[in-house]
Amino acid sequence: MADVEQLRHENALLREELAKLRAQLATNARKADPGSAPAAAAAAAAAAALPSTHDNSSNGCAAQTVCSTCPIQADAASLQQQSEGAAAEQATASSSSNAHQALHGLSKAQVERYSRQLLLPSFGIAAQGRVCSSSVLIVGCGGLGSPAALYLAAAGVRKLGLVDHDVVELSNMHRQVSHSEQRLGMHKAASTAAAVAALNSSVAVDTHLQGLTPSNAVGIISQYDVVIDASDNAPTRYLINDACVACGVPLVSAAAVGTDGQLTVYNAGGNGPCYRCLFPECPAAANCSRCADAGVLGPVPGVMGVLQAVEAIKLVGGVGQPLAGKLLLYDALAGRFSSIKLRGKAPGCAACGEGGMTREGVAAFDYAAFTGGQTANDGPPVPLAVLPAKQRLTAAQAAQLLQAAAADGTAREDDLPQQQQQQQQQQRNEGAKALVLLDVRPPEQFAVMSLPGAVSVPYLQLEQRLPEVLALCGASSAAAQQHDAAAAAGSISNGTSNSSSSQRVVVLCRRGNHSQLAVQRLRQAGVPAVDVVGGYEAWAAEVDSAMPVL
Amino acid sequence: MKLKIEFSGGLELLFGNQKEYAVDVPCSEQLTVGKLLPWTRDQLLKDRPELFMKGDSVRPGILVLINDCDWELSGTLDAELQEGDKVLFISTLHGG
Repeated sequence: MADVEQLRHENALLREELAKLRAQLATNARKADPGSAPAAAAAAAAAAALPSTHDNSSNGCAAQTVCSTCPIQADAASLQQQSEGAAAEQATASSSSNAHQALHGLSKAQVERYSRQLLLPSFGIAAQGRVCSSSVLIVGCGGLGSPAALYLAAAGVRKLGLVDHDVVELSNMHRQVSHSEQRLGMHKAASTAAAVAALNSSVAVDTHLQGLTPSNAVGIISQYDVVIDASDNAPTRYLINDACVACGVPLVSAAAVGTDGQLTVYNAGGNGPCYRCLFPECPAAANCSRCADAGVLGPVPGVMGVLQAVEAIKLVGGVGQPLAGKLLLYDALAGRFSSIKLRGKAPGCAACGEGGMTREGVAAFDYAAFTGGQTANDGPPVPLAVLPAKQRLTAAQAAQLLQAAAADGTAREDDLPQQQQQQQQQQRNEGAKALVLLDVRPPEQFAVMSLPGAVSVPYLQLEQRLPEVLALCGASSAAAQQHDAAAAAGSISNGTSNSSSSQRVVVLCRRGNHSQLAVQRLRQAGVPAVDVVGGYEAWAAEVDSAMPVL
Repeated sequence: MKLKIEFSGGLELLFGNQKEYAVDVPCSEQLTVGKLLPWTRDQLLKDRPELFMKGDSVRPGILVLINDCDWELSGTLDAELQEGDKVLFISTLHGG
């Protein structure tokens, strides 16, 4: 009898101990304290020491509940996984949950993380299992690649490949949401990798900081199940297409500029076209607008990048109908999506037709030549060099001129009596200035900032507004026409000054390219204009560091 | 023949920044896309024709769609248009 009393007493003490340890477990679980692992082990040991109330000889548990709902087992398991990661979590799982794992291979942590997708009738555990064993390559970690990477990481792909040779810049931040202020200057692929790790540490990430080239494309792409084209230039898009065709990998391709987006899936089996079937000839560089020139509304590439993630998940998960053979168009200003039915494969296509691209063919192909000299980035075009040096000023020289003209005016004004000062002002107002500063940038850029006194004549309007511009420059349009005719007849050379023009005319644009073309046109019309080398960009770098650079 | 002509992917910039046009194209017999192109260039284009056409066709990078279907499916330049058709010109985008 005493032995039973003793046992009951010990039982009560142990249960008290267990209750304290359970309380500690609950607190530790909330704080995810790595130091709690020993507590979990202690709790498990304490539980094991209690007299057995039902047979759990296979797992050493002594609780009164059924194993699958055992709180001690559940607490111990979740703490272990918090402190040691998902891999360790597998080892502490009880024998009863091993049976569940054998069916779908997902750990408890995975089941709980992806639970909302598992609940979805059109998705479910089998599709999730396929996603969790898939690998996706994202070429480009910018406006499209950022959301694509985040959503694919969140969805639980096994491996993400991130390709980008560029670094994070301030002007990226309005749309490239996988980066952060603290990571400005970091390689974009590394920055996106950091965002991925913070969202889902179970995703393996390979970064390719050298970008995609003809020599590495096939080697990289052949390691992945699906490729996402999130790049920003024509040569890379053709390269990605050809390499995917050569390696037999489906390609989710999207693009966004301005307020428009486009999306389709190439090479997903069936008779769908590839990129070259649609565009066998690359558009000229002038027809390939860059975000830095045309502008882009932040969420527009965001929308398309998320849709790319959806398509990739559908492909690797084996659910839904991929957007193959169809082109999705998004018009953000109208708030409208439309779907275009596309042609089938083009017979004799240089990429996917008979005798099309092989892996070796991709490595040997000259994408720069094919695209008319475009480079594999979206940098500005090579600067124009059409004006001789003597028709050009540096930013510093132009700044001096501007200062001198302003000083001239004020000095003269101060010395003159009131009436004459007013006359001077009137003359100035009528356009008889000593210096004419002509700004040929698009109106949107002029509206952001301009130099004092600059007159806005967007380059595309120059021809139309030439009479007005010539009047501003002090040359009459009649004299200009005479000059034009004489020049055309070859009797005088372009660029000789028209005697009726007494103004200094300085032309300015964003980078110093269109300003050269404007100067050429003005000189043709008899105005001895000059431009500023490097335009406003040079001004910001050399004269006024407080000037914002668009 | 009354048609709707639309522009997207930045092409609208060449056409006075207008994305949609309701037009009435004069034609005697059948109107093919091949005949519509020069009419569009001459009547609607405001700027730089070489950014819209090359030779008899659209320049590389432009996709022509008839009622949301690739024009290649109905014979490209020979595709015959019907009253009320929508012809959409889109430029392929590369930005990302």
